[in-house]
Amino acid sequence: MRAIALACRSLRREWRSGELGVLLLAITIAVAALTGVGFLVSRISNAVALQASQVLAADLRLGSPQPLSGEYAAEAARRRLATARNTALLSVVFNGERSQLTNLRAVTAGYPLRGQVFIANEPFVPGHPTHEIPPRGEVWPDSRLLAAIGAQLGSEISIGAATLRVGNVLISRPDQGGTFAELAPTLLMNEADLPATQLIQPGSRVSYRLLFAGERAKIDAFKLWLVAHKQPRERLHDVTDASPQIRNAVERAGRFLSLASLVSVLLCAIAVAMSARQYVRRHLDSVALLKTLGASRAFTLSVSAVQLLAVAVCGSVVGCAVGFLAQEWLLSTLHGLLVVDLPPASLEPAAVGLMTAVTVLGGFAMPPLIQLSRVPALRVLRRDIGPPPPLIWLAFGPAVAAIAFLVFWVVRELRLFIWFTAGLAAFVLVVSAAGALLVLLAGRLRGRVGVAWRFGVANLSRRRAESVVQIVAFATGIMVLLVLSIVRNHLDRDWRHSLPADLPNYFFINIPPGEREPFIHFLQAHGARTARVLPMVRGRLTAIRGRPVDSMKFDGEEAENFATREQNLTWAAEPGADNRLIAGKWWTPADYGKPLVSLASEFQDSLHVRVGDQLTFDVGGERFQVQVASIRKVKWDSFQPNFFVVFAPGVLEKTAGTYITSARLSAQDARSLAQLARRFPSVSIFDIDGLLMQVRSILDKAVKAVQSVFLFTLCAGLTVLLAAVQASRDERRYENAMLRTFGARRATILQGVLAEFVTLGLLAGLLAAVGASIAAYFIDTRILQLPYAFDAPACVLGIVGGALLVAATGWLATRSVLRQPPLWTLRAG
Amino acid sequence: MHDVTLDIAAGESVAIVGPSGAGKSTLLALLAGLDLPSTGRVVLDGQDLTLLDEDGRARLRAHRVGFVFQSFHLIPALTALENVMLPLELAGSARARPAALETLERVGLRSRTGHYPRQLSGGEQQRVALARAFVTRPAVLFADEPTGNLDTVTGGRVGELLFELNTSTHTTLVLVTHDLDLSSRCTRIIRMEAGRLA
Repeated sequence: MRAIALACRSLRREWRSGELGVLLLAITIAVAALTGVGFLVSRISNAVALQASQVLAADLRLGSPQPLSGEYAAEAARRRLATARNTALLSVVFNGERSQLTNLRAVTAGYPLRGQVFIANEPFVPGHPTHEIPPRGEVWPDSRLLAAIGAQLGSEISIGAATLRVGNVLISRPDQGGTFAELAPTLLMNEADLPATQLIQPGSRVSYRLLFAGERAKIDAFKLWLVAHKQPRERLHDVTDASPQIRNAVERAGRFLSLASLVSVLLCAIAVAMSARQYVRRHLDSVALLKTLGASRAFTLSVSAVQLLAVAVCGSVVGCAVGFLAQEWLLSTLHGLLVVDLPPASLEPAAVGLMTAVTVLGGFAMPPLIQLSRVPALRVLRRDIGPPPPLIWLAFGPAVAAIAFLVFWVVRELRLFIWFTAGLAAFVLVVSAAGALLVLLAGRLRGRVGVAWRFGVANLSRRRAESVVQIVAFATGIMVLLVLSIVRNHLDRDWRHSLPADLPNYFFINIPPGEREPFIHFLQAHGARTARVLPMVRGRLTAIRGRPVDSMKFDGEEAENFATREQNLTWAAEPGADNRLIAGKWWTPADYGKPLVSLASEFQDSLHVRVGDQLTFDVGGERFQVQVASIRKVKWDSFQPNFFVVFAPGVLEKTAGTYITSARLSAQDARSLAQLARRFPSVSIFDIDGLLMQVRSILDKAVKAVQSVFLFTLCAGLTVLLAAVQASRDERRYENAMLRTFGARRATILQGVLAEFVTLGLLAGLLAAVGASIAAYFIDTRILQLPYAFDAPACVLGIVGGALLVAATGWLATRSVLRQPPLWTLRAG
Repeated sequence: MHDVTLDIAAGESVAIVGPSGAGKSTLLALLAGLDLPSTGRVVLDGQDLTLLDEDGRARLRAHRVGFVFQSFHLIPALTALENVMLPLELAGSARARPAALETLERVGLRSRTGHYPRQLSGGEQQRVALARAFVTRPAVLFADEPTGNLDTVTGGRVGELLFELNTSTHTTLVLVTHDLDLSSRCTRIIRMEAGRLA
């Protein structure tokens, strides 16, 4: 108790005299960096998820071909979740004599629960968002439907037995998904008008959907409830299975943001370790004196530990506040880029900040404090006596344990944890060895350089252990920043590469075989660049290896979908450029007419079929028994027509099918679509520009998020550099005084300081560039599944930037030291 | 140190003198229990220091010993008053503050209690150190070159004060010094040369 009381009293006194300022500042900034990233990552991750949920128009969607029980909505209401209904069916819509098969969407108030519906007064314009749904008696057809049936605002159109007025043009809705069932033009109507249409009859193909939205935790809990209570035929979708492209983007962004926050955690640890060392140096005399005056070792340790804990708490609180303000500021700069409103920050990062501060202090500051408590009382008479050399396990054990704990806590994935920690350990070992080598070399080079450089380099070599620690710290800081930069560039390049600017933006399906050539000519005449044209027939898988699928059990919803739903089948002589054969052989002309199929890898993975297996398909009542000839890895985000199941030519040709193609149309050329819709009324036009915009927006947002976190991490790295330089300030002050006393000019001393930091920064940058390239290689190829390319500009930037950054920081931090008149320092002893 | 056998009686004032490197400060460190001899014994106030561990020696110092150093060794984070209160606080005394104020008054620094060491002159700092040494009313006071960092006039005043306090508190004084004036005021002078008593 006496120790706590004295610690608290002296803490107040020490704070007043400014002694603890450096340590507190380091922890504050470290926690600020960590919680800032935490708040930012949490909010942006939520925003990305929220944006992704717009694709569902909800957080969770339950779909069924049968009307859904009212029990679900009641349970959702009980859990205070928002709900809306969305009933989809295909029907022909008439305007006078003109007609079009249309995807009717009858919705209830509240739709969409996520995202926005865009409407306009005329077709094919950008439109504006609305929070309303069509009032009773009114419908909102989309541009293609209006063009196809020649209707306009105010037209009365017939849907089944009802006549409804066109109130607005539907420009886009968040859930205009990419499944073929939804490719017909869309008409949004009020669910209350549905009975009047009399469209829903026994046997009608209707898709009933219940949408749910709310807080993530409630949604997660409700999802579990739904899984337990739903009927087998009812399908549950949440954000993660909304779309493969978006899912990939979210997963990659999440992983990368976690990695970025991990960098800040490690930089915190380095900053705290440096500040703690400085604290220890400053308190050697005080602790020796306390011991001389009769304090026990446990007592001095308790005083330091209590002070440290108090500093941790103060630093965490102030740091959290600073971190919160920093991320608020950062987000305000991103405001124009974020389409969705960010959800408010949770308090979790604050708790995480406090816990991390305690962990980092325990791992990185306690060992030096234990060392401090071992300083002998004799130091009061002999200043050259310090604490006995540290025990190896004490010096590194807690730090390693703290790093391992924090790394695992952040990545929460064993594989990434192992790669990251192994890489880090190897890096620290290599950098330490290289740092020691530099110190050795520096000693030999001293004789060949001018006085300023000799002084600077001598400083590195004289403070050997400290120099090695600083090189490790600088190199680690620069490396993690470089890794971020390199991997960010790769991610960015991969994303942009996977979504090139000339991506097809329209899909055309149901092209009758007889109209195929005129249709393609029409498109080309109107400036469209068409992709491949593939036939498409509907068929159902009936048996795998001779065993009927009806009698089989499948693991997972995806496998069941593949086995039971109606498939779109095609045939092709060549695989597309976006298809890569991963097993088996593609057919040659000699194989045409043979019952062979090529499967997408997803199909193979879900149903566990291999090359050589027999599959049976039912196409229009006709059975086709085929052999799996090859497996393809399909790049779905090429936005080209692609199929899970491709037959060899000469097998399906006699079945009744249509054609599918995709094309790129400029905004100007898109005006000809109305003409196209009139000329080829049976062709369904699917505008994927909207979907593309959504995907691009999410990817861009992820890139921005990464860049913001990267910027924040850069600030954290700078803090570490400052802390490191600050740790040697006292010594520098004394050296400066001595040199000035001996007649050195200020410029000479400044050159020496710069020489020291430039050398330190160059070597740290060089080591960091090598380490970062290796780390980026593993992250790219093992974790993010990206192709790796050596990033020379980033490495040069790391080396030059490292030297400049360290030199500039060193100069800034030592400026006050250089300005101080030597007499002050010498008088102060 | 070789063959050093030395008895200092209670209330005695002893000056240890000799050239630099003779072992004066080492002898002081051994006598105060700040260091241990590789062989031999040191008995302080009836207790064999070589039989005590580090914390045991610290406890003994807390209750029976005071120190004054050449470089003052005030804790820079603490005010003059707080520096003087410190040994009493460490010994668990409930009246650290009034005792410290009273002692500061005796060394003439009543008006400087709230000042930090860096705001005090060398002489003032050493007077604070004297107050800190005497505030516990120690049985033994060890002083290592107490005037070594001070000019002649200030050193003379501090020496004066040291002996004044010593006399009034009947403290045993063990003094390492080069200052002839200071050593001549002691009841006994011990000379050291090359680690031996001369």
